[in-house]
Amino acid sequence: MSQAEPEGIIESSWSGGRAPFAISSNKLGMWLFIISDSLTFSALLVAYAYVRLANPDWPRPFEIWPAIAKSTLMTLILLSSSLTMVLGVASAHRGDRAKTIKYLIWTMIFGAAFVVIHATEWYTLIVTEHVTPWSNPWGVPLFGGTFFGLTGLHMLHVTIGVVYLAIVAAGFKNDKYDATDVEVSGLYWHFVDLVWMFIFPLLYLMSVNLKG
Amino acid sequence: MSAHNAAIETHEAGSTKLFAIVWFWLLAFTGIEVFLAYLRLAPVLMLTILIGLSLVKAALIISYFMHLRFERLGLFLLLIPAMVFCICMMLIMFFPDSLRVVDLGVH
Repeated sequence: MSQAEPEGIIESSWSGGRAPFAISSNKLGMWLFIISDSLTFSALLVAYAYVRLANPDWPRPFEIWPAIAKSTLMTLILLSSSLTMVLGVASAHRGDRAKTIKYLIWTMIFGAAFVVIHATEWYTLIVTEHVTPWSNPWGVPLFGGTFFGLTGLHMLHVTIGVVYLAIVAAGFKNDKYDATDVEVSGLYWHFVDLVWMFIFPLLYLMSVNLKG
Repeated sequence: MSAHNAAIETHEAGSTKLFAIVWFWLLAFTGIEVFLAYLRLAPVLMLTILIGLSLVKAALIISYFMHLRFERLGLFLLLIPAMVFCICMMLIMFFPDSLRVVDLGVH
């Protein structure tokens, strides 16, 4: 090891100037963030599923109307937003600026609709049903804590996503951001959609009121 | 900068038709989940089926919407196995421990 390695003999993908996974650094960074964020949601979902199974008298307050109908509509909205997002990314890679902006705006509209519907549901639960994170009229107090904790963190992600997409759309329009930036914001948006694919069945469908 | 960019592969991953098909299947799986919610299944069975369907939906989103299927295998190997391992570690004592109270017949 006394002599330095002659330059150029050992070529490594990691020695700089290359992209080992053939993706840009910001895309890799977003993927790593998504993995870490998925573990945050996983920990919360596992904790929820644990207390859900450990309590045979877990509340089942969600009737078809309005809770299940609303949450199914929210799922439809979020899935559709993912479709418009992926079409926006494809348009960005094709260099079609107008279509990209149009699809990003549709994605933001879907995201905002999701948050508004979710907020009305929270309002009903808090004001009409008197559910708090530590108490509810149906029994097991942890119901409120797990419900508001999981849906609240997810709603925060959606809200941040809408703002993020607005910034990216404005930047893409002004040539400040390129197609890769749109794709990276798309990764975040799809992840938010993906998390809801677990929250919806576990929180809502596991607590359907079968008596209604 | 140019050398770095040259190593980055930009590719047309998927068509509008493919994305629409994936979207349709995601909706179909959601419909099945909602239908299942109204069958009076035991919570453990219900949880297992719902998680299974959600994993299929997650795989569709990751593969096609997030383009992971079109990326290099190395990226998949970097991201997914470690995440799955961590989640498995969270679940290692999950079922026997969470069902302890139920199995004891307290309720």
